[in-house]
Amino acid sequence: MAKSSRYVPPPSTGWRKLPIGAVIPWPGNSEEYKTGSWRTLRPVIDQERCIRCAICWMYCPDAAIIELKQEYTTKAGRKYDKTYVVNYDYCKGCGICANECPVKAIKMEPEVK
Amino acid sequence: MVKRTSLSSNYAVAYAVKMADVDVIAAYPITPQTHIVEKLSEFIANGELDAEMIHVESEHSAMSATIGASAAGARVFTATASQGLELMHEILHIASGMRLPIVMAVASRALSPPINIWSDYSDIMNARDTGWIIYIVSSAQEAFDTIIQAYKLAENKEVLLPVMVAFDGFVLSHTFEAVDLPEEEEVRRFIPKQVTWYTLDPENPMTLGPLGPPEWYYEFKYQQVVALNKALEIAKQVDDEYGKVFGRKYGLVEPYRLDDAEIAIVAYGALASTAKAAVDEARKNGVKVGLLRLRLFRPSPVEEIAKYLENVKAVGVMDRAISFGAPYGGPVFADIMEALYMKGVDTLLSSFILGIGGRPMYLHDVLTVINKVKEIAESGRRTIETYYIGVRE
Repeated sequence: MAKSSRYVPPPSTGWRKLPIGAVIPWPGNSEEYKTGSWRTLRPVIDQERCIRCAICWMYCPDAAIIELKQEYTTKAGRKYDKTYVVNYDYCKGCGICANECPVKAIKMEPEVK
Repeated sequence: MVKRTSLSSNYAVAYAVKMADVDVIAAYPITPQTHIVEKLSEFIANGELDAEMIHVESEHSAMSATIGASAAGARVFTATASQGLELMHEILHIASGMRLPIVMAVASRALSPPINIWSDYSDIMNARDTGWIIYIVSSAQEAFDTIIQAYKLAENKEVLLPVMVAFDGFVLSHTFEAVDLPEEEEVRRFIPKQVTWYTLDPENPMTLGPLGPPEWYYEFKYQQVVALNKALEIAKQVDDEYGKVFGRKYGLVEPYRLDDAEIAIVAYGALASTAKAAVDEARKNGVKVGLLRLRLFRPSPVEEIAKYLENVKAVGVMDRAISFGAPYGGPVFADIMEALYMKGVDTLLSSFILGIGGRPMYLHDVLTVINKVKEIAESGRRTIETYYIGVRE
């Protein structure tokens, strides 16, 4: 069973090939399980309004807000040295970030319109 | 050198667990099991057994702590009875589902209400579908031997399932019999400590007990089916090996005077001893009766049941538990009926309930059963009645 880390057995795997007792001997493979498909609402960050306070980054229960070392200049000329984006592979659309944002820079938009 | 001594089944179990050199025991006291863990505490306090005794706050926690220790690679033990077994019921499924080789002794006792600390097998019957291997033994010697066999069976790589060893509360748990104790070294050679299962290890991290969504769950349950079926074969091998080393073997069922029998009775636990005496007594009066004692309850030894009962005209199954609202008869009766029907054995079956809540089971009770089975055989007619032996009108 010495598979590399993050191995995920293909969905067709039969009972003989699965480790007994539902043990998962491939540490970290939950990363391969993209939970973003559960989402009905997606958070969209307005980079113009965002003040880079990192509150969304702190509150996200799934570490799905990513801090990028990427510069951004607003139309009004304000310069930031970082940018916050959403990792849609794992964001389940709970809306905590939008709720906590002090400047209402995050909008929850329906996945299906 | 074998040492012959006088032990109750509870103490016999404690000696077996000590000789098995267990690492962790987690238990909550309950009558009639308490002597087992009391004795084990004594062994630990005296330095005779190097194990951790976890005093938990309930049986639910006892089984949970046992699972945790087993998942860390320890050889583990716990014991319970009656309400305690009921309280740990949820966790029994987790132990078997996680494929941990836990061994547990159960001094079988009736269920409340009314509160009753005496013996019957209602507790064990409720644990039937938990995925555990379940032995029901008939003597202190067999209790000792079966605990040792249980570790060998549970830890077998092709099995990896928990094992329950049950015996009558009080009737066996508290009465003293001669028991031959083998050398501790010999026992340890028979069941050397090898961690054959997945364990928690910081060097080699893994997830135990994860979520199993519909696309995965079914396969893990099927693995349990296969392992439990395999356990039937391995249990036989272990019993044979044990017999070679220690000179005692029991089989998965024990036939008694069945060779030329025309009718048969089926029993389990201590009742089987009374039943043997009753068979002898009935035979003195010319009744060709034999006894089949069920020793392995789960997985069910279907082949043996069919083999020993295929030539008798009628079979009476004595149950020490009631299956309320069942289509017909007691829980083991249902097993025997299923086994015989599916094996194409056509015999006149009847179900007898006795020894409920510690109600004494006398020789004449079993003789009543034998006479009824004889009547049914002579009449050649199927009966649809369940006989509740000894219940007052």
